[in-house]
Amino acid sequence: MAFTLRVNGQTHTVDLPGDMPLLWVLRDGLNLTGTKYGCGVAACGACTVHVDGAPVQSCQLALADVDGEVTTIEGLGTPEAPAPIQQAWIEHQVAQCGYCQSGQIMAAAALLAETPAPSDAEIEAAMALNLCRCGTYSAIRAAIRAAAARLQEA
Amino acid sequence: MGRAARIARRTFLIGSAAVAGGVAFGVWHLHRPAPNPLTAEAGASLNPFVIVDQSGTTIITPRAEMGQGIHTTLAALVAEELDLAWEDVRVLHGPPAQAYYNSALLRGEWRYHPEGLSGWQSALADTLGRVGKVMQLQVTGGSTSTLDGFVRLRMAGAAAREALKAAAAERLGVPVAELATQDGNVIGPDGTVIAYGELAEAAARVDPPAVTLRSPEEWRFLGRSMPRVDMLAKATGTAEYALDVRLPGMRFATVRMNPHLGGEMTGFDPEPALAMPGVERVIDLGTGIAVVARTTWEAMQAAEAVSVEWGPAPYPDTTEDMFDSIAAAFDTRRNSRRRNDGDADAALADAGTVIEAEYRVPFLHHATMEPMGAAALFTGARLELWSGNQAPVLHAEKAAEAVGLDPDRIVLHTPMMGGGFGRRAETDFTVLAARIAAEMPGTPILLTWSREEDFSHGFFRPAAIARMRGTVAEGRVTAFDAKVAAPSVTRQAMQRMSGFAPPGPDQGHVEGLADQPYRFGAYRVEGYLADLAVPVGFWRAVGNSFNGFFHESFVDELAHAAGADPLAFRLAHLDDPAARGVLEAVAEMSGWDGETEAGTGRGVAMTRSFGTPVAQVVEVIDDEGWIRISRAWVACDVGLALDPGIIRQQMEGGLIYGLSAAAMEEITFAGGRVEQKNFPDHDALRITGAPEIAVRILESGQHMGGVGEPATPPAMPALANAVFDLTGERIRELPLSRRLRFVA
Repeated sequence: MAFTLRVNGQTHTVDLPGDMPLLWVLRDGLNLTGTKYGCGVAACGACTVHVDGAPVQSCQLALADVDGEVTTIEGLGTPEAPAPIQQAWIEHQVAQCGYCQSGQIMAAAALLAETPAPSDAEIEAAMALNLCRCGTYSAIRAAIRAAAARLQEA
Repeated sequence: MGRAARIARRTFLIGSAAVAGGVAFGVWHLHRPAPNPLTAEAGASLNPFVIVDQSGTTIITPRAEMGQGIHTTLAALVAEELDLAWEDVRVLHGPPAQAYYNSALLRGEWRYHPEGLSGWQSALADTLGRVGKVMQLQVTGGSTSTLDGFVRLRMAGAAAREALKAAAAERLGVPVAELATQDGNVIGPDGTVIAYGELAEAAARVDPPAVTLRSPEEWRFLGRSMPRVDMLAKATGTAEYALDVRLPGMRFATVRMNPHLGGEMTGFDPEPALAMPGVERVIDLGTGIAVVARTTWEAMQAAEAVSVEWGPAPYPDTTEDMFDSIAAAFDTRRNSRRRNDGDADAALADAGTVIEAEYRVPFLHHATMEPMGAAALFTGARLELWSGNQAPVLHAEKAAEAVGLDPDRIVLHTPMMGGGFGRRAETDFTVLAARIAAEMPGTPILLTWSREEDFSHGFFRPAAIARMRGTVAEGRVTAFDAKVAAPSVTRQAMQRMSGFAPPGPDQGHVEGLADQPYRFGAYRVEGYLADLAVPVGFWRAVGNSFNGFFHESFVDELAHAAGADPLAFRLAHLDDPAARGVLEAVAEMSGWDGETEAGTGRGVAMTRSFGTPVAQVVEVIDDEGWIRISRAWVACDVGLALDPGIIRQQMEGGLIYGLSAAAMEEITFAGGRVEQKNFPDHDALRITGAPEIAVRILESGQHMGGVGEPATPPAMPALANAVFDLTGERIRELPLSRRLRFVA
C-alpha cells in the first residue's frame, strides 16, 4: 500500500507495509541512512528522529501512524551547514565510533527546542534513553551545555 | 628520537610512484636484504601513505576507524612532516586504501565502479600492480596502531615534502635550501607560493630524497588535540558504516543461525516466510537460514516466521555447568607458570594466616552499537565486500574460501565501524554476507543482524575463575599466589584464523596477572585452560579484562589484611616509575586521604596493559539504596602522547566500558542458548549512571603505550573496591548487580 509522508521538507510516496517501522522506511525505503538501527525495541535511542519537533524512536512508529513532519539527522543540518547543536558536537569532539550520535544529537536538539536552558537533571532525563557504548557521555553533557549557553547569548 | 631514527633507516626506505596527475609516496618495507631495495625484483613493497595530485593531498591510513580516533592521529603523523593545513587534510581507509592490500585491484581488475575512481586511484592500481605487493596481516587491534605508524607515516610525509621542494627548486631555479613549506604550499625565497598539487607531476620524477624526521620540539600537530577528521561526518549522519552501504538493485538480508552455538540445523520450513510480503529468498546456510527481502524489516519478520529445528551445542547447557567445567580445569595439568618470583610455597607455609579468595567473572558480549553485518556483491568471477572489520586480509581470505574464489578475486572495503572492541576481528558476519551474495549472483545484498542475533551469536569474553592465596607481614606482601582458569581465547582464535591452535603456554591467558609491575616477596601466577567450546574471542583488553579484576581486587584484600591504605600499600610494592606516577597522580587528583564520608565509598586500582599503566579512583555513593557511580579519576602514562584529546576520549570510554561490565553485564546460558536478547536484558551505563570523569595524561617518555584498551581493566576492580569501602562487603563475583542495584 502506498503512503505519503513528509521527511526533511520533502514529500515522499512509498509502497511499503503500513506496519513497517519508520526507521526502516527511512533507511531502506528512502536511503536516509543517518538514522541508525541499534535494537528495534526502543532501548538504545540510535533511531531517534523528530516528528513535528518531538523526539521519537523511529523503530517504534509504524509507517501508517506517521502523522506529522519527520526530521532526520540529514534534515537537521548538513556538512556544509551544520545546525548549532551539530556545531557544538564538533567543537566538543563528542563522537568516537559515532554510530549512536545521530540519535544523541536528535534527542539533544529536541531537548533544547523545548527547554532552551536545561538543568543538568533535565539534560540527563532527556538523554537517558540514548545508549553510547563508547562512553562519550561527558562530552555529550558538555556539548549540550555549550549549545544551551549559545542559545542564551543569541 | 635517536633510536627511532636508527630503526627507521634499518627497516624502511622511502619510495614514490607516479600516478595520473600526481605522485604517491610511501615507505618501502624490506622483506629481505637486497643490494638495491628500490626495485620490485629486490623484494621490496611500497606502502603508499600520501597521494598528491591536482585535487590536493590525500592521506591513506592503513588502520581502521572504530571510534578510537586512529585516522586522526595517523593523519597527524603525515601532516606533521608534510606541512598541510589541518582543515585540508583528507583521510581515506576505504576502497582506495584497500588498493594497497588487494592484488586483484593491483592488476587493474577493479572495474565495478570505474566512475567512482579518480584518475589517481585507477592509475595507482596499475602502478602498484607493476611494483608488486606482498599481502600482509593487516590488523587493527592490540592498541598497536600508533606505534606501528609512528615512524613510517612521518617518513612518508617528510619524503613527500622534500620531493615537492625539489620540484619547486627546479621550477624556480633556486636551491632547495631556500624553500619553505606551509599549509600545503611550497614558499619561494621571494614569497612565491606554489600549491603542492601544481608540483605533483614533477615531484614524481624526483628521486625520493633521504629525510631526517623533525624533532618533537618542532611539532605543530603531534602532541596536541587535533580536531578529529571523522567528526563532521559523524555529527551530520553522513559517516558511512557497512550497514549504510546502498547499491542499485540492493536486496536486504538477515540471518537466523543456530543459537546453540556450533550446533547443526536439522531441518527448516521456509514456506511461512516465503508467503510474507517483500520476501524473495530463504537460503539454507547449513547451520541456519538467511532471508532476503525488499527491506531489512521484512527480512527480519520473515526470519522469525521460519520454523527451524536446531541441533544441540557442543558445550554444557547452563552457565552453572560451564563454571563447573572451568573449575575442573584447576585439576588438570597446568598450562603456564609465567611468573614465579621467590618461593611461594615456603612463604605460604611459614605464614600464620593465609588469605584465600575465589573470584568469578562472567562471559561478556561486546555489544557494539552497530550490529554485525556487511554488504556484498558476487558476480561469479569476483566478490566485492563492504565490511567494518579489524582484520581485512583475514576477512577477505575467509570470504574467498566460503564462496570458492581465490583471495585475489575479493575486493574488501572497510567502512567506519559502529564500535569494534575486538568483535570485528572475527570473520563470521563477513563470511555470511559473502555466502548470501554467492546465492544471488549480480544482486548486491546487505546483511544486517538483528540485535537479538547479535547478542546470541557472540565471541564472548570468557568466563573465568581465579583462586588466590596471599600472606602479609609488617605491611608487605610476603606471598601472592594466583591461579586462573578459563577457556583459552588465544587457542580458539588461532584455530579459527589458521586452523591450528598453538600448543604450549598461553601468555594471553595470564596477561594482567603475571606481567604486572608489582614487587612481592613471592609472586606466582599459573594458568589453567578450561575445555569448553563456548565461542570466546578478543574483548577490549582481552585477558587483562579478567586478570586485572582478580589482581587488583586481591591486592586490595591484602592491603586491608595488612591494615594499610590501599593506595599507599600499592605504592609500597612498586618501584616502576610510570606505575608509581599514575597512582600518585590519581591520589592527588582525587584528594585521596584514605577517608570517605558515610554513604560514600572510594576504590583504587592500577593495571598495566598494552604498555600503558592506568590508575583509577572510582567513587560510589549510596543513593537511597541504589549505588551511584558518582566520580572517577583516571591517570595514564602513555609515554608519548600524540593526541591528548583522543587519549582522553579513550581513557573515558575504556573506563565506562569496564564500569558497565563490572556493574551490570553478563552473558548467561540456559538450554544451550544465550539468555540475553537485547539491551533491556543487558544494559550498560547511560548518561544518568556515568560518573564525572577527570583524566590526566602523563608522559614519562620511556615507552609508547596503547590507549584503546588499557583503561578498561582497572575500572572493574576500582569499582568493586569502592563498593567494599562503601559497604564493607567484598564482592568477588561480577557483575556486581547480582548483589547490588546500580543507577544506570
